[in-house]
Amino acid sequence: MSAVADRVAPTQRIAQARWKDVAFENLTRFFALFVFGLLLAVLVTLVIGSELTLKKYGLGFLWSAEWDPVQEEFGALVPIYGTLVTSLIAMLIGVPVSFGIALFLTELSPPWLRRPLGTAIELLAAIPSIIYGMWGLFVFVPLFQAHLQPLLVDTLGELPLLGALFEGPPLGIGMLTAGLILSIMVIPFITAVMRDVFELVPPLLKESAYGLGATTWEVVWRVVLPYTKVGVIGGIMLGLGRALGETMAVTFVIGNAHRLATSLMAPGNSIASALANEFTEAVGDLYYSALIELGLILFLITTVVLGLSKLLLMRLARGEGTRT
Amino acid sequence: MSAINPSNPIYRARRRRHIAMIVLSALTLAFGLFWLVWILGTLLTEGGAALLRVSFYTQMTPPPGSDGGLANAIVGSLIIVGVGTLLGTPIGILAGTYLAEFGKRSWLAAATRFLNDVLLSAPSIVIGLFVYAVFVAQVKHFSGLAGAFALGLIVIPVVVRTTDDMLRLVPNSLREAAAALGAPAWKVVTMVTYRAARTGILTGLLLAVARISGETAPLLFTALNNQFWSTNLNAPMANLPVVIFQFAMSPYEDWNRLAWGGAALITLAVLFLNILARTLFRKRN
Repeated sequence: MSAVADRVAPTQRIAQARWKDVAFENLTRFFALFVFGLLLAVLVTLVIGSELTLKKYGLGFLWSAEWDPVQEEFGALVPIYGTLVTSLIAMLIGVPVSFGIALFLTELSPPWLRRPLGTAIELLAAIPSIIYGMWGLFVFVPLFQAHLQPLLVDTLGELPLLGALFEGPPLGIGMLTAGLILSIMVIPFITAVMRDVFELVPPLLKESAYGLGATTWEVVWRVVLPYTKVGVIGGIMLGLGRALGETMAVTFVIGNAHRLATSLMAPGNSIASALANEFTEAVGDLYYSALIELGLILFLITTVVLGLSKLLLMRLARGEGTRT
Repeated sequence: MSAINPSNPIYRARRRRHIAMIVLSALTLAFGLFWLVWILGTLLTEGGAALLRVSFYTQMTPPPGSDGGLANAIVGSLIIVGVGTLLGTPIGILAGTYLAEFGKRSWLAAATRFLNDVLLSAPSIVIGLFVYAVFVAQVKHFSGLAGAFALGLIVIPVVVRTTDDMLRLVPNSLREAAAALGAPAWKVVTMVTYRAARTGILTGLLLAVARISGETAPLLFTALNNQFWSTNLNAPMANLPVVIFQFAMSPYEDWNRLAWGGAALITLAVLFLNILARTLFRKRN
């Protein structure tokens, strides 16, 4: 046996090949570890960068609405509030719309139309976010201000409790506008996940329901949706993660005012847009540290949301593996 | 009374709901397409004219009130995106290779996949902060290289993901055949599986380039901007997204016009890359 091996491939050549194998595998492993460590490196860097404010304010930073670069008093409440409110608006509009689009593309559309329509929706995700911002500021805001906002103030603004959300002068810019533009931006992401998970439903299940006389809507609502529930929530979380961290589109239209307002029409600020606007102009170590801590908060929120989204999607994929 | 008898009230109610939902579903699709058409239409009407002028590509960014183009920003963007891609791609491909070929289902591979997916959607502005803190703040000046680093970090997760996915699609029999001929593992990967997955990996690369071409937020704190012609990677460098941001936010009419031109250019380029990647991928499957 060894005599044959010696004649065909000298041991030296085998040893050399083994050495290259080990080197290659370790090279790839090194870069995998690099990717593995990247997220941690970002976290550590941001924590070190925000040391000053972490020490000075502690957790109080999270609920102080103060933001005064001149007096050097900082708190994150206003940007956190703006980030959450705009993302919530984006979800309220984006989720049902994405569900409708995914439903159309998977169940209703004729097969030849599926690909072009699906691609068109996905192209919404390809448009750079700065374009959304620019278009929002120059095209959408004037129309919104002139037509839609006065209408909202006159109708929804008159309602007893909800009215407070729609008060004030129609400025065009503000949290509502930012939320609306965000909702367009998250549609392609949520739709893509919903489409993928809807296609995971075994045809047998759907056909059984149709066989019992269910309408398309009943099949989707009572069979497809319950089956893919986990994945759909994962998709929504993915969209939420995107909305929370969106920078340029929001920066253009949110108004960049460090003020806590009940009305959604009022200008506000989000974490990402505060960073985009103020970071390069920040003077003083404390100001700089406060901005880095804002980045840290954003990073933690989005990482938790995206991690949760990924876990949910993995759970659906794993369930799929055991069922088939 | 039969369940599908048109005069059965329950049947009629179900049918009405079904039709209402189908109409709503079609409306949501129209809603999505409406914005796409509106945005692209605006870009063409506002920025299309600028794209046709030669000076747009040959002249530097002007001071307000005078004529000019975006030549330095276009070249700066190409350099930053190019260097960023060159930095990020090898790292991404090698890490993806580990996941698909060696790590497979080990805990390290599973955890790396998970973290990579989180990184894939992480806010790009945070990546900008990171590069600022570890690079710009250390050398104490903004530079094109720092911008390229930031974009490279955004390229990595996209390339890792597609490389991993595409390599895992390569049938195992191909690897076994090569191994049976006596090829060592590194040769099997580089000469057999890479070749089989070539188009897929290239698709991922194109998508990564498309993604970073429009990124603005990470460049704000890294490459910054430069009013003049500069190809020095170690100095602030003009680039389209930041110039668009600055010019669009300014009160000057002619700056705004240039910003629209830049916006149209960048969107056309990104959409072209996306469609190219899609057609490449479809041809293969």
